Amino acid sequence: MKQVIMGNHALSYGAMLSRVQVIAAYPITPQTQVVELLSEMCADKTLDAEFIKVESEHSAMAACIGASAVGARTFTATSAQGLALMHEMIHWAVGARLPVVLGNINRAMGPPWTIWTDQNDSLSQRDTGCLQFYARSNQEVLDSVIQMFKVCEQILLPGMIILDAFALSHTSEVVDVPDQKLVDKYLPPFHPRYILDPKEPHTFGGLTGPDGYYELRYKIEEAIQRAKSLINETGKEFGELFGRAYGMVEKYKLDDAETVLIASSTIASTARIAIDELQNEGKSVGLLRVRVFRPFPAEEIRELLQSRKKVAVIDRNISFGHEGIFAQEIRSSLYNCKNKPPIWGYITGIGGRDVTVENIKDIVNDTIKSDKPSGDIIWKGVRL
Amino acid sequence: MERGKTMKLSIPEEELVGSGHLACQGCGATLCMRYALKALGQNTILDIPACCWSVIDGPFPHTSVKVPLFHTAFETAACVASGIRAGLDVLGRGETNVVAWAGDGGTFDIGIQALSGATERNDNIIYICYDNEAYMNTGIQRSSATPYGAWTTTTPVKHFKKMPKKDLVRIMAAHRIPYTATASVGYPEDFIAKVKKAKEIQGTTFLHIFSPCPPGWKSQPEKSIQLARLAVSTCYFPVYEIENGEKYTVNKVIKKPRPVKEFLEQQGRFRHLTEEQVNGIQKNVIVSYNELLKKAGLDLEVHVEIKK
Amino acid sequence: MAKGKIIYKRAKDIPLNAMSVGSMLFNKTGAWRNVKPIIDYDNCIKCMICWKFCPDICIVIEDENPVIDYDYCKGCAVCVVECPKKCISLVEEGR
Repeated sequence: MKQVIMGNHALSYGAMLSRVQVIAAYPITPQTQVVELLSEMCADKTLDAEFIKVESEHSAMAACIGASAVGARTFTATSAQGLALMHEMIHWAVGARLPVVLGNINRAMGPPWTIWTDQNDSLSQRDTGCLQFYARSNQEVLDSVIQMFKVCEQILLPGMIILDAFALSHTSEVVDVPDQKLVDKYLPPFHPRYILDPKEPHTFGGLTGPDGYYELRYKIEEAIQRAKSLINETGKEFGELFGRAYGMVEKYKLDDAETVLIASSTIASTARIAIDELQNEGKSVGLLRVRVFRPFPAEEIRELLQSRKKVAVIDRNISFGHEGIFAQEIRSSLYNCKNKPPIWGYITGIGGRDVTVENIKDIVNDTIKSDKPSGDIIWKGVRL
Repeated sequence: MERGKTMKLSIPEEELVGSGHLACQGCGATLCMRYALKALGQNTILDIPACCWSVIDGPFPHTSVKVPLFHTAFETAACVASGIRAGLDVLGRGETNVVAWAGDGGTFDIGIQALSGATERNDNIIYICYDNEAYMNTGIQRSSATPYGAWTTTTPVKHFKKMPKKDLVRIMAAHRIPYTATASVGYPEDFIAKVKKAKEIQGTTFLHIFSPCPPGWKSQPEKSIQLARLAVSTCYFPVYEIENGEKYTVNKVIKKPRPVKEFLEQQGRFRHLTEEQVNGIQKNVIVSYNELLKKAGLDLEVHVEIKK
Repeated sequence: MAKGKIIYKRAKDIPLNAMSVGSMLFNKTGAWRNVKPIIDYDNCIKCMICWKFCPDICIVIEDENPVIDYDYCKGCAVCVVECPKKCISLVEEGR
């Protein structure tokens, strides 16, 4: 059924349709509507779940971990400072191999206090082993929650659905809220083999020395690598059932474009209009959206970017002391390729500054015009 | 198990902790677990944050306990238990006991936020803190459960701890927690009765267990139980319970307390204290104990003569 | 549950969530002992106080008698101090 809903409610509906059993969350702007709606759903029994109103985000993830360890499907949502506070427990969910799913509203980190979007909060979780899907529409937010459970419960790792503060979280869009029966067909109940069960007692996470730890980490990498094909397969299956397919990346008018623009989140939505206009101007440009950041779509990047003339990457984030994080990941993916294109790494839109069609066109034109990048970082829109 | 007429055991015979564990000689924490599980029985799930028990249980893939155990991060004993409880309830496994099991550091310091949160929500969990009065697993650093006067590696003799021990049970009572109690490994029957009581209560229950630590206290391993009893008979660690934050019951009323010096002098951690400082401790112990007796509605005031 | 010490040779055999599959019974903590408690059964009244206070769960009840399992007894001597009849004595270990 089509409804006009904000991105935050798309997260709530995604969780509801996934039949989550335990929710633990703590309020933070701009996430609050996610948990407000879920509280109402639990209260009026449209969702048969326990909602633990915890005293911190750290405890939110910890409670989800406890619930997941007994075999319940669990969900939480947060943003920025809250995600940073969760960090230790995201590592814990990964190490304990518990498929907790969370929504994170991208919000810039303080200080100074701010509530507008950029990606530094979620990208700071890069090395935990938690999956990261960056959505570009409210529809994708809802669909990604359901897909994330399906993927995470097979590989036993947590996953994060990420959406821009305000640009998605508080913006209403038309969203097709799928039929519960169809979702049930797609997403089976969560029945992990090993749980905390007095009938079959095990200790989980006991002290492990150098003789065992290394292999456990190897197995996490093995699992997250497996997620790559699973994301493409389950995304395709999603398309067959619901008419909307998803993959690790999304191509837009890419074909044999000489210059490829790479973007993520809502910037990738705005970029579609920029690409349309640039193509109308006769320029050979196309768009590649990185939807899944962890696991990183290195194979797709290599396949789609080799032999292109130029690549422009937009980062709404910065790894201080180095460069934009998507640019960095794309460069390293291509490094061993024979025909690697030069990469222009642009940083823009930090702290929620608007990124318009004109801004994106300016970035692409800059790439087309220049022979080589002016530096590892090319700043756009910063008032120098 | 059926037993002959000659033998009567004062505590349940079933053992849910096995030998081969990694506790130090004379460890109180191990006895805490042994007694608690005797009271709780097999249908129990434990979650344990960083503490001595993270090591005592043994390295992966081995364990010393016969119930499921989830090791978790330092500050999360209570909230992981809340999650386990919620998960069990929604899955229709509500009859299983959920126990957060932590040391004093994980309870009085880093875990107090989660403990307070779970207690305010009145989540149906049993929280058991075994208190050995310092961070023993990391090598004897002071916690807010370390008493006035004690040496630790971070409160060296020249700067021994000057602040009193945090009164956590009163903090728990201020939450109007359905049930909170102190107990001691020196009195297993009382301890077990309290765990059984906690098990029957819906809502949060908090048990604070006095647990001697020979390496941390610089005491003799064979004296662990004696010291635990002396802590009670000197009124250093009274054994009592509070229902709904209001109804105080002193389970072992000490009418004639033994001098606290007898408890302190057996532990190297107090060796540096002057007679004046020991007398100061004595005074505070008696003041606190008389306050407790008053709260319990007992018409009794105790004294210990301080020798000048 | 496995009794002996479990050592994994290959990553594929390791439980991915660091789950226990064996008990600590392989760990014969009797090797830690410097002194050995010995029960004098002539004076033992079978009160089981030694059993009750053993932190190493190594005093077992056999035919209503407390029996020390020296495979695991760490020699803490709590039983020696707690025995009301003072019928547990300590001897030096001969190593």
